[in-house]
Amino acid sequence: MSAAPTPTAPTPTVSAPPPASRQPAGTSPIGRARTLSRAAAIGTFAAGAAVGALLGWATRSGVVLAVTYGVVLGTVALYGVSRALEGRRRATDRLVTSLVYSAFALAMIPLVWLLEAVIRQGLARLDAQFFTESLFAVVNKGGGAYHAIMGTLIITGLTTLISVPIGLLTAIYLVEYGHGRLRQAINLLVDVMTGIPSIVAGLFAYALFEIFFGPGVRLGIAGAVALSVLMIPVVVRAAEEVLKLVPNELREASYALGVPKWRTILKVVVPTAVAGLGTGITLAIARVVGETAPLLVTVGITAVTNLNPFDGRMATLPVFAYYQLTRPGVPPQYATDRAWTAALLLIVLVMALNVVARLISRLFAPKTGR
Amino acid sequence: MTTTRSAPPRARRQPARQRGDRIFAGSARAAGLLIVVVLAGVAAFLVWKSLPAFGAPAAQLPAGKGLWSYIGPLAFGSVLAAVIALVIATPLGVAIALFVNFYAPRRLARALGYVVDLLAAIPSIVYGFWGIVALAPALVPFYGWLADHLGFIPLFAGPASATGRTMLTTGIVLAVMILPIISAISREVFAQSPQLHREAALALGATRWEMIRLAVLPYGRSGIIGGAMLGLGRALGETLAVALVLSISGGVTFNLISNSNPGTIAANIALQFPESSGIQINALIASGLVLFVITLAVNVLARWIVNRRSDFAGANG
Repeated sequence: MSAAPTPTAPTPTVSAPPPASRQPAGTSPIGRARTLSRAAAIGTFAAGAAVGALLGWATRSGVVLAVTYGVVLGTVALYGVSRALEGRRRATDRLVTSLVYSAFALAMIPLVWLLEAVIRQGLARLDAQFFTESLFAVVNKGGGAYHAIMGTLIITGLTTLISVPIGLLTAIYLVEYGHGRLRQAINLLVDVMTGIPSIVAGLFAYALFEIFFGPGVRLGIAGAVALSVLMIPVVVRAAEEVLKLVPNELREASYALGVPKWRTILKVVVPTAVAGLGTGITLAIARVVGETAPLLVTVGITAVTNLNPFDGRMATLPVFAYYQLTRPGVPPQYATDRAWTAALLLIVLVMALNVVARLISRLFAPKTGR
Repeated sequence: MTTTRSAPPRARRQPARQRGDRIFAGSARAAGLLIVVVLAGVAAFLVWKSLPAFGAPAAQLPAGKGLWSYIGPLAFGSVLAAVIALVIATPLGVAIALFVNFYAPRRLARALGYVVDLLAAIPSIVYGFWGIVALAPALVPFYGWLADHLGFIPLFAGPASATGRTMLTTGIVLAVMILPIISAISREVFAQSPQLHREAALALGATRWEMIRLAVLPYGRSGIIGGAMLGLGRALGETLAVALVLSISGGVTFNLISNSNPGTIAANIALQFPESSGIQINALIASGLVLFVITLAVNVLARWIVNRRSDFAGANG
């Protein structure tokens, strides 16, 4: 880093030209004979991009193609100029830099596009009726997703009730008690469980409940069991990470005071890790709240409000959205609007859970200062 | 004899272990064992419920020509869609990880990482909505161009689909969905690459790209491979996005941009299950079993690769 000859240079790779120009290119012992300043590099790229965009506009090829031409030509221009002035190695570096920037920009396109599409089409039906009415006896206009919203809340709540104790206890076992073969086996199986396709979890829950209730069973609780298969490993992994972070000194201090191990875990380890546990559990809920496939095969759909997860079909927000979009009826517009609003609600729900998770980790973090 | 005698006193040497301790340790252990039971249950139920389909006469099964000719094309479709997604998402995911770790302005890097992670938070059904309504129609002219100019490649033989609901569109949607997985794991391994190696490379006059090529990528290679395989596992099991986007006609074809596309196992289950009964359900569960086995193999391999690297990292520092 001390090689930067001028204090004005922000980073070594963009050192100012004057000192470099004293040595002819190629003979410099350090190999940075002539370098483009940052402004020059950006300018070169912009010039190429402008030519590309102009080309796209002139040939009337639409925005997407114009931008593509622009990025490609900008990259080529920068590479060419850099190759001529700075040599092959720096030119390659510049090329990779613009490729990496383009890749990131490219990945942002679907995110922005998707959010734009969902928000624009979801706002149409985002009214009070949507939250207070079900689809009971609704043919065309109106109706809402009250039954689906309640169904999602109930089933997700049940899933959390099942998954959190099992997940937490398993994590405690893995971190505090487990040893030897069994611990290794459970560790591996949790990994395997993380990879179970969601539809397979649904089939499992269906097969399980079919034994008791006969073929064609559709129950809210079956959906909760299916979602638990997906949620438990997420809770275990998150809780395990956090429990591992609790310093061993705390445990040893507690043991030294004669506190039994289980009280140490409950009174010292878990309270220390509570912020991380809350974050992990919230993120795990966010992970399953939008799951559609397992609910499609275990819970089904209904147009009326059913709040009893032990009795028959229930509506859930993702399945509601799916059927409203794929089987809208005639005319399709009303159902399609409801589907998009449901999708918007799902995104808002998941984002809110993510924000809550971050808040928990910030608000309940253990105080580190003395 | 003497050894068996000495055992009880040793067990009694810890009387301080209270009942609470035993209960708590026992329930933690039970929760761990429950996971073993659940997984065994998943496998057992799938096998048990698919047995009738294996024994059933071919005429009763959905395709009418035996179970394997029913599941085979679906498995092919699943793998094809997932491989397309992988081919698109791996380079992009690695590039994004490099961007966040080494290229983005320091102050923004964390926030940009979160933004990429947001892609993982969006429910798969919403991806399906976006794919069918926004992406597929937008890609139609592109497919027309592909069929006209690159039609000699069997992948783009055409005729181009008029709706855009093709295998390639499905692959692109899946690629967007697995992008955050690949980039998150790559980011993690890149961040762990030894700082000293990186600084040494820069000190020897390497450019940033040369530093990455010499000190970061070799170190992160197995992490990239593992992350890609985890993404593959996710793409194989992805259901609703595929069910919505892909226009399924069955059969086996490598033509990515035409109207006739093979289905995928997961999408087929989601589409057929609500209206199925009897032996059809058994056949669907049998296809689910095949999917389970495929994803299991992919995931175990991926974990093995990732963990092998973490052992290596532990040895290094």
